[in-house]
Amino acid sequence: MLRLFAKTFKTGIVTERIKTPDSAELETLGIEIKRHIDKHFSGSLAIREVDAGSCNGCELEIHAMNNPLYDAERYGIHFVASPRHADVLLVTGPVSRHMQTALLRTYEATPSPKWVVAVGDCAVCGGEFGGSYASCGAVANVIPVDMTIPGCPPTPETLLKALLGLMKGKGK
Amino acid sequence: MSATIAETTTDWSNALLSELETATIQIEKKQGAVPQWLIEADHWRTFAELAHKLDWRWAAGWAEQQAKTFLVNSCFAKQGEYIWLRTTLNGKKPQLPSQAMVYTGASRCERHTQDMFGIDFTDHPDSRRWIKHQAWPKNRYPLRKDFPLQGQPEDVSPSDTDYQFLRAKGTGVYEIPVGPVHAGIIEPGHFRFQAVGETVLNLEERLAYVHKGIEKLAEGRTPEQLLRLAGRISGDTTVAHSWAACRAMEQAAGINIPPRAAFIRGILCERERIANHLGDVGAICNDVGFAFAQMQFTRLREQWQRNQMNMFGHRLLMDCLVPGGVKQDLSNEQIASMEQELAELRSELDEIIPALDLNSSLEDRLFTAGFLSVKTATDFGALGYVGRASGQDFDVRRDTPYAPYDQINTKVVVEEQGDVASRVWVRIKEVFASIRLIAQMCQQLPEGDIVTAWQTPAGNSEGLGMVEGWRGEIISYVRFADNNTITRFYPRDPSTFNWLALEKIVLNNIVPDFPVCNKSVNGSYSGHDL
Ligand code: SF4
Repeated sequence: MLRLFAKTFKTGIVTERIKTPDSAELETLGIEIKRHIDKHFSGSLAIREVDAGSCNGCELEIHAMNNPLYDAERYGIHFVASPRHADVLLVTGPVSRHMQTALLRTYEATPSPKWVVAVGDCAVCGGEFGGSYASCGAVANVIPVDMTIPGCPPTPETLLKALLGLMKGKGK
Repeated sequence: MSATIAETTTDWSNALLSELETATIQIEKKQGAVPQWLIEADHWRTFAELAHKLDWRWAAGWAEQQAKTFLVNSCFAKQGEYIWLRTTLNGKKPQLPSQAMVYTGASRCERHTQDMFGIDFTDHPDSRRWIKHQAWPKNRYPLRKDFPLQGQPEDVSPSDTDYQFLRAKGTGVYEIPVGPVHAGIIEPGHFRFQAVGETVLNLEERLAYVHKGIEKLAEGRTPEQLLRLAGRISGDTTVAHSWAACRAMEQAAGINIPPRAAFIRGILCERERIANHLGDVGAICNDVGFAFAQMQFTRLREQWQRNQMNMFGHRLLMDCLVPGGVKQDLSNEQIASMEQELAELRSELDEIIPALDLNSSLEDRLFTAGFLSVKTATDFGALGYVGRASGQDFDVRRDTPYAPYDQINTKVVVEEQGDVASRVWVRIKEVFASIRLIAQMCQQLPEGDIVTAWQTPAGNSEGLGMVEGWRGEIISYVRFADNNTITRFYPRDPSTFNWLALEKIVLNNIVPDFPVCNKSVNGSYSGHDL
């Protein structure tokens, strides 16, 4: 137990500061916001992540947002276990045809008002897989999308900035 | 040394050949990097029985359509030696006896082939569809040449509700369906539990939710384009899958990559192993509520990935390989900073690991949970750390060494305890082993080019590439057309077998321990579903 505390103290706080990006920065990152979070959501965002067919690369980087260097939760961004608890669906992957119904049902199960964020090139435009007998391509082909974050995969920093940008728009 | 390996390895094949002779089964042999044995379809299963008797492992199975015929392939392995078995089937009514009755591990590969090609494995123990849900019509097969990439999908593919799961009956028995959308940030798949109280009686997996048509998408691609796709079969295994595809393509084209490129590939692949092991050990500890480890390991993983970004331009090392070599060289300063980084990681781990080791509540949850016996692991052909924690003393890097592993000393960690704790410890030890390997590679890094000029392979040339990825052995098959494009690509991810093992691992565990059991295996959904 002593070792554990010793290591914890030695490590200290490693969390880094991340500034809410302005629109120019969002643009450089390729992030597109079609509809901002409205003013009722002050400082808290409950996210349900849905892998609709990704290669798992995007998931690794979404996970990384929760590591102690980014610590997304300090901004009120937290991941929930059910779409019924969610404000935002974070959707990755080209939507595989086998996941199409599941994604539609998840969308329906999310209470309004709700936002859909397409994460990664696959989700934004179909990426390496595109549309085929097995894939519907971009998330927007299946459900309405409010924000797109490109990248293969987008870095945790980009993801975090994008979500902060989405929240900052509240009240507009 | 190499002579003795050659002698012993031929012994295994010779023993198998003499069994075949006794059974009066004719084999036509073709020389190659992996020897190809051609056999009549009637003997398909008998061959498997003889191979099984001599303890060969069933390592992969895939098919391919030719003009009027189908080729069906299986790959067998024993102590680093591989045999590539092939038979030709009539195109009108393609059928052959199943090898899954002999090798349980063959079951899902054969069902995959059945769904994608419409090849009938006559006495298959489980002929339910597998990769196919409802995305394409019943009697259409996506990997047949007359099936267009776009298919004719419905507006909305219906959910796969009529799949027949095994059901348990009795007082107090109940069923728990889980997924495809899971509660965490993980890939989708469906699990059907039969339970009594908290105890799992049976688990059945229903996968293929992320089937993206990777094999079909590969057709017609150039080597570079194939590599982009191979690097996205499973995003956590981008280096190893790219490497396996490269080895197959380079074999087909008959080119050797420069020694320096092989070493850099080795460094990339070991870095990928360390990144995944760090992340997963943290996550496993988190699944039993030990947040200290999760925080420490994710911190280390983040630093590791940032260094990858600085050195190789991508946090997950995507697109770092090119056909014939690697994209980017390493400077002497980068080598020096990598050595520094290795020393730092080692000293961090030296502080963190004892805190894990001495934690009795962690021990309490991980020891004896999720047990996989040596016998079941052997039956399923479990790979990587899942196999090695259950006595499977096997590693491509050591047993069929490819450059750079033929020039460095690879130690393989093997245990027989078979529980979650054992899989965790194998992985921790593999992190230390990989640190040593990278250090060796940095020291011995040869001078010279990092890429060999590509040569268009002759039409119809084939290659079979094996690589030890972080999840275990990957086998990739490619065939070229005559214009430098791919006509067939099949990557066999280690998860193919390890998913089967998971169904046994959770038996008699409590339902709440499923997440930790699952994480200790960490099969790839995407790599399995293709
Ligand atoms: S965008 Fe890239 S990392 Fe994300 S799912 Fe697609 S291929 Fe994988």
